[in-house]
Amino acid sequence: MAEPKPQNAVSKMLNAAWVRPFLFLVFIVVAWDLAIRIFRIPAYQIPSPLDVVAVLRTEWPELLRQSWPTTYATVCGFLLSALFGIPVAMLIAGSRTVESYVYPLLVFSQSVPKIAIAPLFVVWFGFGIIPKVISAFLLGFFPVVVSAVQGFKSVDPDMVDLARAMQGSRFQVFRAVNLPHALPAIFSGLKVSVTLAVVGAVVGEFVGSNSGIGYVMQRSIGTFDLPTMFAALVILALLGVILFWIVDRIEKLVIPWHVSQREDVIFAA
Amino acid sequence: MNPATKPVDINQPAAHLRLVSGRAADSSGIKLSGVSKTYRTRDGDVPSLRPLDFHINDGEFFVVVGPSGCGKSTLLKLISGLLPPTTGEILVEGEKVTAPHGNVGIVFQNALLLPWRNILSNVMLPIDMKRLPRQKYLERAKALLKLVGLEGFEKKLPWQLSGGMQQRASICRALVHDPRIMLMDEPFGALDALTRERMNLELMRIQRETKKTVLLITHSIPEAVFLADRVLVMTERPGAVAAIYDVPLPRPRSLDVMADPVFTELVQRIRKHFFSQGALD
Repeated sequence: MAEPKPQNAVSKMLNAAWVRPFLFLVFIVVAWDLAIRIFRIPAYQIPSPLDVVAVLRTEWPELLRQSWPTTYATVCGFLLSALFGIPVAMLIAGSRTVESYVYPLLVFSQSVPKIAIAPLFVVWFGFGIIPKVISAFLLGFFPVVVSAVQGFKSVDPDMVDLARAMQGSRFQVFRAVNLPHALPAIFSGLKVSVTLAVVGAVVGEFVGSNSGIGYVMQRSIGTFDLPTMFAALVILALLGVILFWIVDRIEKLVIPWHVSQREDVIFAA
Repeated sequence: MNPATKPVDINQPAAHLRLVSGRAADSSGIKLSGVSKTYRTRDGDVPSLRPLDFHINDGEFFVVVGPSGCGKSTLLKLISGLLPPTTGEILVEGEKVTAPHGNVGIVFQNALLLPWRNILSNVMLPIDMKRLPRQKYLERAKALLKLVGLEGFEKKLPWQLSGGMQQRASICRALVHDPRIMLMDEPFGALDALTRERMNLELMRIQRETKKTVLLITHSIPEAVFLADRVLVMTERPGAVAAIYDVPLPRPRSLDVMADPVFTELVQRIRKHFFSQGALD
């Protein structure tokens, strides 16, 4: 097996995790540009990628400035949904009574379209940051609860019995067995939640706000400024990716033992 | 009808085929008197165990065989104090069991090691749960791992070990807090036949060295006879004592014992219980 070294370096670079999605992205952008040229789509319907890039370059300081309120609202809403979602899931998984009272209502509340009730928060809390945070929280909350409940419930009852037979208190058993066991499920919920929190924050900005990326989108739609609107979409996508990546890194730190992370462990060993 | 005191209806049984009584000699060991368990479910009461009366002596290797669903695992939970009996009482070392008493080490069919703890800290789990001084038991945990041949694997994570090695680690976990009793629920049922035989030999060695009282539950009749001082045969659900046999084979035993006529006759004798009842699953 005498493979030449330089080729290895190239294939190694092609295999790097970020290269493939990047190549795919390039492909999509090229296809987008070609489609506009071939089908002669007018710029007021879909802007060309180059126009969007141009806006991104010239409007960069303004877009960056507007993305802070959105990021702030997203992160606050996300943290709130983790802070409330995990204890609620603990209660639901720990007590049949709580489950029978709360869980159906929780599912029911999810069927209420958040966009429809978002204006209500503006009425209640004004045009500040709070309606956005609440909107982000409401969208991010449910996936955390559902995944965490599933995580807490999937503990092997024999394992709990074993710890209880050793005279472990309820809290001790929970900390040593149930909680670590539920962490992988909790993290998969958090990952869904963080991307939904971005959506929630933007929805909050749509209905009543004078700052943020959602506000920029709303304004540019009003003036048919499609390149700016698309540029705002790119910023939102980036925001989602970065936040997702951060949660993913934290997951790797917290549960290095989990099946999904094992490759790293072998490489480290 | 109490078969434990009823003579067998075959002509003049040899010494090893005679049924023995489960009466107590003294207050040490495990004593069950009139212990039954009925689960209350939405579909009504489900009897799991009919009243049981027997005694396991201190330091005895006691094996229970029975068809699946005969309440063997319930028996284990009752003795460890995880479940209260519906009737009767259980005495462990002379004390009535009302709550988890921690004087047991439990080994299940699956090793049930916590995947986020390394082998050593998995073995230390009972120490953490009982809030005993970690330092004092760390040496003991290491010595136990050495005893079962897992020296050098202390820092490995469970998934890096084979099934047999994981089960050995779980035996160490059952012994680390130095309980009087080891409860084993089909401990080698998930292992391949070869590993299983080796683990049986090793378990006998560990029991000889630690002198623990062992209550082992199994589906395998040869395994039961091979390991046990006494074998308890259970009936189908709801479980009751069908018979208790002495195993008069000398110790230490090697695998050659399985060719001994005493061994084979006992195995056949026990097997008959299940064929007369119906089928062994």
